[in-house]
Amino acid sequence: MPLTIVACVKQVPDSWAEKRLLDIDSTLDRESADPVLNELDEYAIEEALRIREAQGEDGSEVVVLCMGPERATDTIRKALSMGADRAIHVVDDQLHGSDAVATSAALTRALGTTQWDLAVFGSESTDARMSVVPAMVAERLALPQLTFAQKVEVDTAGRSATVHRQTDDGYDIVSAALPVVISVVEKINEPRYPSFKNIMAAKKKPLETLDVAALGLDPAEVGLAGAWSAVEAFEQRPPRQGGVKITDEGDGATKIADYLVGQKML
Amino acid sequence: MSEILVLVEHDGGAAKKVSHELLTLASRHGEPGAVVVGPGADDAGLAADLARFGAARIYTAPDAALVSAIVAPKVAVLAQLMAERSPAAVLIASTAEGKEIAGRLAVRTGSGVITDAVDIDAGLTAVQSVFGGSTVVRSRVTTGTPIVTVRPNATAQQESAGAGEVVAVSVELAATDTAAAVVEHVVQAKGGRPELAEAAIVVSGGRGVGSAEGFDLVERLADALGGAVGASRAATDAGFYPHQYQVGQTGKTVSPQLYIALGISGAIQHRAGMQTSKTIVAVNKDAEAPIFDLADFGVVGDLFAIAPQLTEQVESRKG
Repeated sequence: MPLTIVACVKQVPDSWAEKRLLDIDSTLDRESADPVLNELDEYAIEEALRIREAQGEDGSEVVVLCMGPERATDTIRKALSMGADRAIHVVDDQLHGSDAVATSAALTRALGTTQWDLAVFGSESTDARMSVVPAMVAERLALPQLTFAQKVEVDTAGRSATVHRQTDDGYDIVSAALPVVISVVEKINEPRYPSFKNIMAAKKKPLETLDVAALGLDPAEVGLAGAWSAVEAFEQRPPRQGGVKITDEGDGATKIADYLVGQKML
Repeated sequence: MSEILVLVEHDGGAAKKVSHELLTLASRHGEPGAVVVGPGADDAGLAADLARFGAARIYTAPDAALVSAIVAPKVAVLAQLMAERSPAAVLIASTAEGKEIAGRLAVRTGSGVITDAVDIDAGLTAVQSVFGGSTVVRSRVTTGTPIVTVRPNATAQQESAGAGEVVAVSVELAATDTAAAVVEHVVQAKGGRPELAEAAIVVSGGRGVGSAEGFDLVERLADALGGAVGASRAATDAGFYPHQYQVGQTGKTVSPQLYIALGISGAIQHRAGMQTSKTIVAVNKDAEAPIFDLADFGVVGDLFAIAPQLTEQVESRKG
């Protein structure tokens, strides 16, 4: 039986750039850095594609789901150019400033617009870094979460999935019946580069847009006003200053040890 | 005084340091109620330990079924206690699983959630250090019961005797709570080292370490200091060290007393995960490496010469 795998992705400011909050509403300044596909989501797309490819040519498909402003279309096209089949873009100005709780509500509604078997997320976004949205979506749908996977196996006949969930000292083998919500960690795979052919093809792939009304959400539940937590204040810290820098002349280790003794760390 | 629930991380007999830290924090703003889930939760020694750090009540749910699946059973225990006790807040360690528990609990109980707090101020305002420590944010949960995850090592643990009244808790799990079943725990860690996020000392290696074998030097220094081993993204990408030890923007955030960076250039990717360490020592052969801009003590030199010498020095000075 064909599988539908939804790869959930986010557009974020380039993770190699400095980030800051906006004075006006304490949200992330998304204009000051190049918007890119959250790099941890590339692993989710790749894993979704691999699951589809393992099914053979049986009509299995990968759907990209992205919530974000108009310009997130670039990120969606990138995901499509890696080989996904179609996309759903949740886009509405009323969603600006949504917290994780509201984001999970919107994504859950969007997931409700299509039949699917596996929803695959990256382990976190490199901007907010909360790592909670996959768990929240699983909670809302009353579905099992197979999160922080460093390996994913799908048993199509048995309608189940098993993952190796990364832990501090190794991994847990965790199993559940489909449908499931998965998140994958960095290094689970080697994300492919879009081929020229796929980049061209991506421009013609179906892209459906859904706004707050289409999702059946109350506008009061989303956006800054609907957030269940609020920033009271924020301040920039002066950058950390370097201290002593010496060049090793055979006594570098001794000098570090002396320094650590002076700091009462040794 | 209103109760603040703390989800305890334990190994069946001892609480992790981060749980002591959370109890310390809870004591400052209310009456700490420790919530202990899984086999060993009813251990008398563990209860005494939690009381020593201020637990007024200790809610024990030792049923093995509560750890037979990931995340959701602990959410069920906390949600039930929230309904029964109406706490002022719930504190959870900001670990991978802790954040997931917080997220699900927020949705289940209609509460706001704040992750990765480094402190909690009056009025239960959570303080976060974001963007690699460059920005400090104060936020409050405005709906429901504040659920806050707190980073390990952010609070100094402090003993203050609590009553430690033990309250047994039993929870009926829904089928969905046990749906993500743990089939097996696989332990790969090399024994004896502290956990990266909790460690007071972290020794990390980067691209300059050059190979997986080169990490022996990093491990030996970490072991001499009783610290954990970390790695930069460049080192984990190159396969020198396993990915779960990565410190940085896409890895773990650490905030130890002492961070030693060996052969790490200090790209923003890495700084985002270690910049809030109390003391930073760096060894790099490139005098222009950005890591020196934040190191309290930097040595321009060959880590392959300096690291083994430093290991020797540490061992001899420890006596």
